[in-house]
Amino acid sequence: MTGRLFTESTAPEALAAEPAPRSIGWWGMVGFVTTEAALFAVLLGTFFYLRFQHGEPWPPREIERTELTVPLIMTAVLLPSSLPVVWAERGIRRGQPWRLRLGLTATIVMGLTFLSLQVMEYRTKLREFTLTTDVFGSLFYAITGFHRLHVAVGVLILSWVLAASLRGSFSSHKHERVSLAAIYWHFVDLVWVGILFTVYLSQHL
Amino acid sequence: MTTTSAQADTRAVAVARLEEEWQEQRSLRSWFATVDHKRIGRRYLITAGAFFGLAGIDALLLRTQLARAGGDVLSPDQYNQLFTMHGTAMIFLFATPMLFGFGNALVPLMLGARDMAFPRLNAFGYWVFLFAGLVMFSSQLLGVAPDGGWFAYVPLTDLPYSPGRNLDVYTLGLIFLGVSTTAGAINFIVTAIKLRAPGMSLNRVPLFVWAIVATSFMVIFALPALNAANALLFLDRRFGTHFYQPEAGGNTLLWQHLFWIFGHPDVYIIVLPALGIVSAILPAFCRRGVAAYPLVVLATITTAIISFGVWAHHMFATGLPSLSLSFFSAASVLITIPSGIQVFAWVATMLFGRVVVRVPLLFVVGFIVTFVMGGVTGVMFGITAFDMQITDSYFVVAHFHYVLFGGAVFPIIGGIYYWLPVLTGKVASEVLGRWAFGLVFGGFHLTFFPMHLSGLLGMPRRVYTYPSGLGWDVWNLLSTIGSYILAAGLLLVVLSVVLAVARGPRAAPDPWDGDTLEWAAATPPRPYNFASIPQVFGLHPAWDSRTLSRLASDEVLPGHQAMLTSELDARPQRLVSMPEKSLRPLLAALALLVVVLGLLGAVYWLAIAGVVATIVVVVGWLWPPQLTEAGAEAP
Repeated sequence: MTGRLFTESTAPEALAAEPAPRSIGWWGMVGFVTTEAALFAVLLGTFFYLRFQHGEPWPPREIERTELTVPLIMTAVLLPSSLPVVWAERGIRRGQPWRLRLGLTATIVMGLTFLSLQVMEYRTKLREFTLTTDVFGSLFYAITGFHRLHVAVGVLILSWVLAASLRGSFSSHKHERVSLAAIYWHFVDLVWVGILFTVYLSQHL
Repeated sequence: MTTTSAQADTRAVAVARLEEEWQEQRSLRSWFATVDHKRIGRRYLITAGAFFGLAGIDALLLRTQLARAGGDVLSPDQYNQLFTMHGTAMIFLFATPMLFGFGNALVPLMLGARDMAFPRLNAFGYWVFLFAGLVMFSSQLLGVAPDGGWFAYVPLTDLPYSPGRNLDVYTLGLIFLGVSTTAGAINFIVTAIKLRAPGMSLNRVPLFVWAIVATSFMVIFALPALNAANALLFLDRRFGTHFYQPEAGGNTLLWQHLFWIFGHPDVYIIVLPALGIVSAILPAFCRRGVAAYPLVVLATITTAIISFGVWAHHMFATGLPSLSLSFFSAASVLITIPSGIQVFAWVATMLFGRVVVRVPLLFVVGFIVTFVMGGVTGVMFGITAFDMQITDSYFVVAHFHYVLFGGAVFPIIGGIYYWLPVLTGKVASEVLGRWAFGLVFGGFHLTFFPMHLSGLLGMPRRVYTYPSGLGWDVWNLLSTIGSYILAAGLLLVVLSVVLAVARGPRAAPDPWDGDTLEWAAATPPRPYNFASIPQVFGLHPAWDSRTLSRLASDEVLPGHQAMLTSELDARPQRLVSMPEKSLRPLLAALALLVVVLGLLGAVYWLAIAGVVATIVVVVGWLWPPQLTEAGAEAP
């Protein structure tokens, strides 16, 4: 399967063809997501810089090893949330607005579930340490909080697209805003993997 | 005969309709709502020019204080605020916005497009820049301007050493400004990728556009480091986090790393577009294209990439491991090679061309001399052993003024004289321009050359005064005299531009016989730039009779439409309609201003109100148009 895909996509005819035209909106969104990705890279780099410059013990003050159950459930909710968006986008491309609406609703529900689970997670964590306890606390809340802001903005954008689609703004030809919102959501979703590894899993290595 | 005159008639009618559709009424509303890249570009230039004037006055005050030993014009506190605002404003509020102003005004014209890819985002970027600048400069009036140096090293700028609002103005002001710079950078990239005239494949893109695009890519990757650094410092100062506080596990060097991961690319973010201006000016005054076009493009891109690997040369004296010293030292010496390639290309252009000495060319020559001198001291700093001896002395001040004033301000002034016909339809006086060049060039070198010597004699930077008898007196006096001559020269530049605009003669069409498409449009260009889409057949479209004759006879592209072309080869793809004027960009910028002021004054309900207002405005801004039954967008 993969082999055939590879031969097909590297055949002379395939290479000679120009790639599908991209809209200015697509390039704009890709540029925006790129600079956002650089921002998260800087934050995660900051985490590791501070962690290794500090050395042992880490976290600096006595904090128990972070419990993984809730964050793993959060991951299990957020990561697959990109799939309904993909399904919705394909739906509107075929002129099926019901798929667009259903898929967007599913993703919004998953995003909101993630945000509520995170409130639970913060409640437990705040009993152990806060933003000002030590540098680990500062990093933990700043990085996860900043990502949380992005998830919230993503939910807002998807709700906005859903509202527009209920009004009938999209058709099989005109649905660029759906694709752009999808790019942003995929980004927010993928970044979480980096955050999960950095602030949660890296301590358990 | 009759058919051609009939064709000419139809064309005249179509152009007249285009004029009508693009005409902006002269009303207050249209002034605030405009999305015309030429008007926005002019605003960028004027606003950044005004900030340059303010930051220049700061510098004159500093030089007055330092004219003689034991000066008492300024108190230490005032001195700290002045040198911090001078540096911060020159780097962030003048250099980048000024060059983005040139980009805004010229990139669409050079590409043969009608506007930027996102005209409203462009307007939004200008308003944000204006408000960020006003916030930062008004702090100076209130006596709470940033006072920790333009690179604001912690722990000095963290609590408890810097209480007060001064550094909050710095962190929030720069994050606010970063919104504008990022929006501008993405806009330039997308414009250059999608809106090039048919036929303008990548090997025919003007060097100035290459430079702006390379710069924009650097902004996209470098600016997040500055924004993160400032956000973390703000959290430390306001909400008690510990990112920069070693006693709770933080690290002070983190600031320097983050700042310079942005800061060194930023040097090239400032210099590369200025080098692009040089490459744009030279062809008109050498009567040939810039020599070695592909090498200059590759040098531009190489500089942009390598600049991300040299940041630690600002930190040689901080006790980094010696392995990293050798790496960063090697990279710092390596990056001079692409700059050298560009210098040799310009010299070769003049050598093999037929040189026409006019004011813009004078500033280019002044640039080459000064920039090479700054480059030589730059290589010296790349060598760790030398850097250890001389870091934080006036030698550094001399070096970076040679690179930044020589490398950016000379080309900027040259660019103003060169493009004044495009920007205003007027030509500046040659006589006044030559006097201005003489004063600026002489004043510059008299100001900054002596700083090499006072630096080598051990004078540290950022001291508000010094005792006599250390051998520094005469060099400081010379610097101060030079700074007044320089100021006189800069005033003369302003005067000549104002005189030209107020009562200069109208410029003839294409007065310099330039080679890029902005000279193929009317002088000054009409609001729609080009009535029909230009066709490009080579690197110098405005010298190409095929392009010019097709521009005059091709079918007029009606309405607010633009042509999208393919990314690499600029093959025509489809027509899209461009957004028209709107007040939303201004409203969104105002809402963000409320957020910044709320955070600055610790009035958090106001900040939240600002966030809500921003969301409301943006939601309306991006709301998709209603579809009709047939699935097309309703008018």
